[in-house]
Amino acid sequence: MTTVNALFGKPVKVVNVGLSGFAESLASQGVDVIDVDFRPPPIAVSRLSRTRSGADVEAANREAVRRIVSGQAVVTGLALARDVIPGMNGRILLHAGPPIQWDRMCGPVRGAVMGACLYEGWAGSPEEAEALASSGGVRFDPCHHHHTVGPMAGVVSPSMPVWIVENPTFGNRAFCTMNEGLGKVLRFGAFSPEVVERLRWMADVLFPALDRAIRAIPDGIDIKALIAQALYMGDECHNRNKAGTSLFLRAVAPSLARTSSNGDTLARVLALIDANDHFFLNLSMPAAKVLTEPAEGIDGCTIVTTMARNGTEFGIRVSGLPGRWFTAQAGEVEGLFFPGFSAADANRDLGDSTITETAGFGGMAMACAPAIVKFVGGTPQDAIDATLEMYDICAAEHDTFLIPNLDFRGTPVGIDVRRVAETGLSPRLNTGIAHKDPGIGQVGAGLLRAPMDCFASALRAIEAQGDGESSPTGAGGHPGEET
Amino acid sequence: MATRSVVKTIVEKGAYHDSVVLMLVTRDLMAREGVLDASVVMGNDMNLALLRRAGLLANDAGDIGPNDLVVAVRAKNATAADDALAEATRLLEARSVSESSPGTKRPRTIRGALRAAPGTNVAVISVAGVYAASQAWDALLAGCHVLLFSDHVSLEDEIALKAYATEHGLLLMGPGAGTAILNGVGLGFANAVSRGPVGVVSAAGTGLQEVSALISNAGSGITQGIGTGGRDVSEAVGGATMLQGLEALQDDPATEVIVVVSKVASRPVILRVIEQAGRSSKPTILALMGAAHEFTLPRNTVQASTLREAAALAVAFARDDDIEAVRARLGAEEEEIAARAVALRQGIDPGRRYIRGLFSGGTLCEEAMYLWTKRLDQVWSNAPIDNASRLPDSLESRGHTAIDMGEEEFTAGRPHPMIDNRLRVDRVLQEARDPETAVILLDVVLGHGAHPDPASELAPAIAEARDIASGRDGGLLVVASITGTEGDPQGLSRQRRTLEKAGALVMASNAAAALLAGAVADPA
Repeated sequence: MTTVNALFGKPVKVVNVGLSGFAESLASQGVDVIDVDFRPPPIAVSRLSRTRSGADVEAANREAVRRIVSGQAVVTGLALARDVIPGMNGRILLHAGPPIQWDRMCGPVRGAVMGACLYEGWAGSPEEAEALASSGGVRFDPCHHHHTVGPMAGVVSPSMPVWIVENPTFGNRAFCTMNEGLGKVLRFGAFSPEVVERLRWMADVLFPALDRAIRAIPDGIDIKALIAQALYMGDECHNRNKAGTSLFLRAVAPSLARTSSNGDTLARVLALIDANDHFFLNLSMPAAKVLTEPAEGIDGCTIVTTMARNGTEFGIRVSGLPGRWFTAQAGEVEGLFFPGFSAADANRDLGDSTITETAGFGGMAMACAPAIVKFVGGTPQDAIDATLEMYDICAAEHDTFLIPNLDFRGTPVGIDVRRVAETGLSPRLNTGIAHKDPGIGQVGAGLLRAPMDCFASALRAIEAQGDGESSPTGAGGHPGEET
Repeated sequence: MATRSVVKTIVEKGAYHDSVVLMLVTRDLMAREGVLDASVVMGNDMNLALLRRAGLLANDAGDIGPNDLVVAVRAKNATAADDALAEATRLLEARSVSESSPGTKRPRTIRGALRAAPGTNVAVISVAGVYAASQAWDALLAGCHVLLFSDHVSLEDEIALKAYATEHGLLLMGPGAGTAILNGVGLGFANAVSRGPVGVVSAAGTGLQEVSALISNAGSGITQGIGTGGRDVSEAVGGATMLQGLEALQDDPATEVIVVVSKVASRPVILRVIEQAGRSSKPTILALMGAAHEFTLPRNTVQASTLREAAALAVAFARDDDIEAVRARLGAEEEEIAARAVALRQGIDPGRRYIRGLFSGGTLCEEAMYLWTKRLDQVWSNAPIDNASRLPDSLESRGHTAIDMGEEEFTAGRPHPMIDNRLRVDRVLQEARDPETAVILLDVVLGHGAHPDPASELAPAIAEARDIASGRDGGLLVVASITGTEGDPQGLSRQRRTLEKAGALVMASNAAAALLAGAVADPA
């Protein structure tokens, strides 16, 4: 009957929470002991384990993580947005982050909107574009409402080509534009003629070339596998995509050569990918999106399925409350700046790229990327510590994304709003920085933490529809208890 | 552009630096006094365009390629600009040999810790009470046994935690459980006791320490020592952990003899414990403090009045000694103590009539009070057996007094007296100045978690107390007991010597010390 006896005779291995003296005296007895750096929760949180409707939060979270970890992400081709993204009809533009209208849009998103209007031919000049966008002539909707993600401003218009990334395990797809490179680019709010020109070249030349090449590869290219390899090679696949880009180029190049009839075009395509260290970001992001989307809508689940910013607000969505955004003011990025720019030029946090952290890489995998540790304080140890800290707020460890530096431990995956609230540790995000004014572009890169407020309000919302009788100290809590 | 500013640029050919390093150096330069703008970049076309736009590229900069490092500064004057350029060179050299910080991040949560240390099977939790239940849930849900040292955990939480623990074969020891010994490892406050055939389950923390140390000192030893927390034996909790622990010890092949220790327990719980004790043939000793010897006991079960008696009986059972002979030996010892008390009484002024017991262990305080109330009219206390004997002011003794200095009025915001004796030292001197004090009784608890050398804290006070009293009217007696073993970090005999040198009479157990003190106060 009792299994207490299973403990008898076994080596005792202890976790200590509280008085460190207890840990020290155990260590002096030669016992393996790990001492928790406990700090009281910064906000009053209840211990939510079962919703009023009876959903078991732990079981729901296990299911969410199972789906995120077990999914696949395969790029199978490209298409024009209007042909594949549901709801891309008429004058609609998708944007990064939670829903927002023109009057509250930040500079770079406005700039990108104007650039997209010019690109689509809806306006003939920036002034016309601004007049059109500000007068209700364009419908705005978040990328995330259309199975799409966009870096920085994230603006997607109907005639833009987008990657198609499929998850055969769960039968869903995700979309993302192609990466334009650095400097004056639409995603950072630039809309000058050269920006629009580059977009046209991408649609006219790059898109058909890449689409032909990828469709000629049976079963497409497994982006999840490339991410796993890139993590071994010093990328975290959000702020650093050098290895991922090289791996992708290696995977696509033979087919590109085979399907290309024009040597000049082939050379230009290869050179463009080679010259853009972030080319892979626009594949790692839809991969993250296609992996996380199946985890949406699990009853009672407190795992974060979306983190995204529109430059004005930061928003999250939680599995158990599908479709509902919890927002807070977008944060200011602690960053390093390009020459001639400073923090005074920086826009607030922007972009859908935090889908990477949501899926268990990016900032979660900082320990993989010693080359960019300067962003987290300077030393490889800081990068390892950044990842270790995230284990405390995540529900599980990834079985495919592994960290060589941590003895091939899986990356932290499945941000649990309960644990964020309990520890006061919000997810660490890696990000680029856009100029706050339209038309200028990227000015730096850096890191920040997600604002606590949206996690706290998401938790309260789940509580409100859940276990209202649990006390702040947690009598209500364990999975076996009915309330 | 400021009219008097100076722009200076240096170009280092073929000096590659990581762009992040360059941005850091730029930031440091910008922070310098006199620097208006600065940029340290590799000389690719995009960067050069940015430099020109920012007015940072001096006209004489010459031919710059993408593999060249450019340091550009605009400063208030030429000196500031030159200093900044020199600083940039120094910083770039320093950056290439940055040291890495040692040490790793400690986990912030139990779950995080368990991921980092798989195979962990026990959690020791001592955070503030309001957070303790939540931590205990995390530990239980992860399959860990729990020693919950924290107090102020709600009754509902205790009941829910214990229901889950029992259902899943886990021990939830506490709340308020200070001691456990699992597989020879002392958790919380515990003594270094020998391994042996006796299993102990105790609703009294220092009770578990005293019994296990006495058993070990008598040459036997402990299999497991399971603490339950004092409230476990209340009617509401129903002895959940005590019954679970007792059953586990009954099923444990290494345990031959079982000791059950409890402070005041509810009658239904006692009856259930007795019933459970009878389900095994293993000799079982019930040290139920304050319980009358009125229960019908199963054949394998005996009752002990003191921890000393419980330990002696346990050792006797373990060795298959004759129990009646052991009881007779204990009786003879008590007669010796009484005779010794008569002699000691001669050296004390007749006006000095009262005992003042100053305890660090709550169970030891309670044990002394039960022994004293058998022969003394009234024993005042801040933690009395009957409410009529509650001291109006814990800080002022009256008549015979037993103070539990581990109670909240002494420990709020201060370390427990097992860790810090400063309050007890003051109280010893206070009692010595009272002309009615005949005996000061002290318990000294050793072991893991306790003060590294409590005797050295107490010894000067003991000596001074005796001086104060002898200077006035014929002295007083300081009696002490030590709960500890030779293997404890503090060392039993070393502690004893220190206390004896200061003039204390050191007895082998708390009960013996209390009996001696009681007999001195009332030699009749």
